[in-house]
Amino acid sequence: MSLSGATASGSVSGRGGRATKSIMLGGLIALLVVFCMLSVSIGSRDVSLDEIIHGVLGRTDSFGEAAVAMRVPRTLLALIAGAALGLAGAVMQGVTRNPLADPGILGVNTGASLAVVVGVFWFNIYSVEAYVWAAIAGAGCTAAMVYTIGSMGRGGATPLKLALAGAATSIALSSLVIAIVLPRNDIAGGIRSWQIGGVGGASFDRILPILPFILFGLLISFASAKKLNSLALGDELAAGLGERVMLARLTAAIGAILLCGAATAACGPIGFVGLIVPHLCRLLVGVDHRWLLPLSSLAGAALLLIADIAGRIIAKPAELQVGVVTAFIGAPFFIWIVRHQRIREL
Amino acid sequence: MSVSGMSSFSLRADRRSLSLQRGWFIGGLSALLLAIFALTLMLGQSFTPPGDVLKVLLGQDVEGASFAVGQLRLPRAVLSILAGLSFGMAGVAFQTMLRNPLASPDIVGVSSGASAGAVFAIVVLSLKGTAVSFFAVASGLGVALAVYGLSFRNGVAGTRLILVGIGVSAMLESAIAYILTQAPEWNLQEAMRWLTGSVNGAQLSQAWPLLAVLVVCGGVLLTTSRNLTALRLGDDTAGALGVRVSVTRLLVIVAAVGLIATATAATGPIAFVAFLSGPIAARLVGPRGSLLVPAALIGALLVLAGDYVGQFLMPMRYPVGVVTGALGAPYLIYLLVRANKSGSTL
Repeated sequence: MSLSGATASGSVSGRGGRATKSIMLGGLIALLVVFCMLSVSIGSRDVSLDEIIHGVLGRTDSFGEAAVAMRVPRTLLALIAGAALGLAGAVMQGVTRNPLADPGILGVNTGASLAVVVGVFWFNIYSVEAYVWAAIAGAGCTAAMVYTIGSMGRGGATPLKLALAGAATSIALSSLVIAIVLPRNDIAGGIRSWQIGGVGGASFDRILPILPFILFGLLISFASAKKLNSLALGDELAAGLGERVMLARLTAAIGAILLCGAATAACGPIGFVGLIVPHLCRLLVGVDHRWLLPLSSLAGAALLLIADIAGRIIAKPAELQVGVVTAFIGAPFFIWIVRHQRIREL
Repeated sequence: MSVSGMSSFSLRADRRSLSLQRGWFIGGLSALLLAIFALTLMLGQSFTPPGDVLKVLLGQDVEGASFAVGQLRLPRAVLSILAGLSFGMAGVAFQTMLRNPLASPDIVGVSSGASAGAVFAIVVLSLKGTAVSFFAVASGLGVALAVYGLSFRNGVAGTRLILVGIGVSAMLESAIAYILTQAPEWNLQEAMRWLTGSVNGAQLSQAWPLLAVLVVCGGVLLTTSRNLTALRLGDDTAGALGVRVSVTRLLVIVAAVGLIATATAATGPIAFVAFLSGPIAARLVGPRGSLLVPAALIGALLVLAGDYVGQFLMPMRYPVGVVTGALGAPYLIYLLVRANKSGSTL
């Protein structure tokens, strides 16, 4: 597995032929469908098959059907947010050429949180649209700041410097969040549960406003797949191939920021999805971003769904927010990557 | 021969003037600390003349001053100083050992380990006082050892330790956030205030264990300070100079974590004190020689002054952690920029 990307993307076709990759893509879609069905049928209330079908079709006559109907938007939100986060992670790892890049580790999610908290407390914003704008602005500023700080000095943006800059920024921002939240006990509760990151209690009203941003982000990200392939060769070679390096970085980064900002606005900060998913997908299809990006978004959706389902099963009849579940899957994975990379690369 | 004699003479003189300079700095910092200590004893909601303060300190009963000074201001100031000394010294020990100004205990997971233990004790087990401290110390040490163990692979490389710490810390933060959502309202306030780091409700009885740990662990750190300084040159060079690198490292970790965890148990994780003290000390004293004592003094100054600012100079009473957090964020950015630019260690 070549994570630095620079070496292996010489053979851009990656591993496996076109047919194998298409099969993987199809398999992943099938898996997603299965997860969706699980997600509407599993929860604190056990329901029958009839109730599931009726509930999905929108009937809410019995308690069971109503429960199922409530699980539908939640499933949809998990799908959308998971796809956005998985894709954002893949793009960020491509842009920074850094195996540890993740919206959570780099502090981008905390930046989005701080912006939303500031908006709620000082500018009295309440609508989801306003949340989205605030979150995207916060995510963008933080990403730019962390990347600038992390890439100064010798050796450019090494994984270590980026991770440290992200962690330090994230601590600074969350202590600002506490400073703002602490005196306002009345609103603190709502903010606190939003801060963990979860898809519970989702409604279509919460999903609709983020859709345009997600779609736009998806488009930009997918469109920059080729550019990311050139960037993986190294800045000089990419420039030699006629790529405008800074522009390519900037557009791809904007795509990623739109995606994770919008996802954070709707669900709160969810970490590690963007870290795990691209790594697993690289194992499956290699480093060609034209395959990696679509696969990452599908796998991100699958991961977030199954994590949400797991959270409902583990803590039944209550539930564990999906952000907690992904952190507990993701942190060991992160440590595994750190242990298995050569120190020079990190 | 005379030439070499000359140069060694001038080198010695140079070194002597340097240590003289250090002596002045340490003396000056101690004097400043004493002055602020005296001021915080005199100034509060009301002014107490120095004579009365002295009488209270000598154990006499003074009308009106005994309670304000003896019960409120003195324990608070003493606890602030002890915690600040511990944070500052442990922070700079980590930073020196890992050769990175960003690798302070707040960032590599020790503080979040201690916090997770304490929050668990407060919220889930409904414990108070010493029992909470015990949990904080135990889990802080446990997490530090786990991070050390997880980053062990043909010896412990500093970069790997930092990255593993960041991963573990991310996981613990989400666990803390989850526990907080489970908290009933009355415990929540306590847990939140504790998480921010504060010396509210300090009692002199809290100071004794802190003082004992400070003497023991601080003593250990001071005896290793020569080896610790040698570690700055890199593991290989330090080894060639006769330093047993892994022994020194383990010793420093255990002693520093002991300090951090005990101080965290008493006051909560006061943001950025461990992180800021070392670089400020390096800035003042110059990078040569051991920074342990100057950094400890700076730490005490930060906490003592920060607590006073938070109590009396803000529109409402903030815990000291909010003040140091807000102070730390811009300084952090400045520091990151500067450290990365020069590529220096501290």
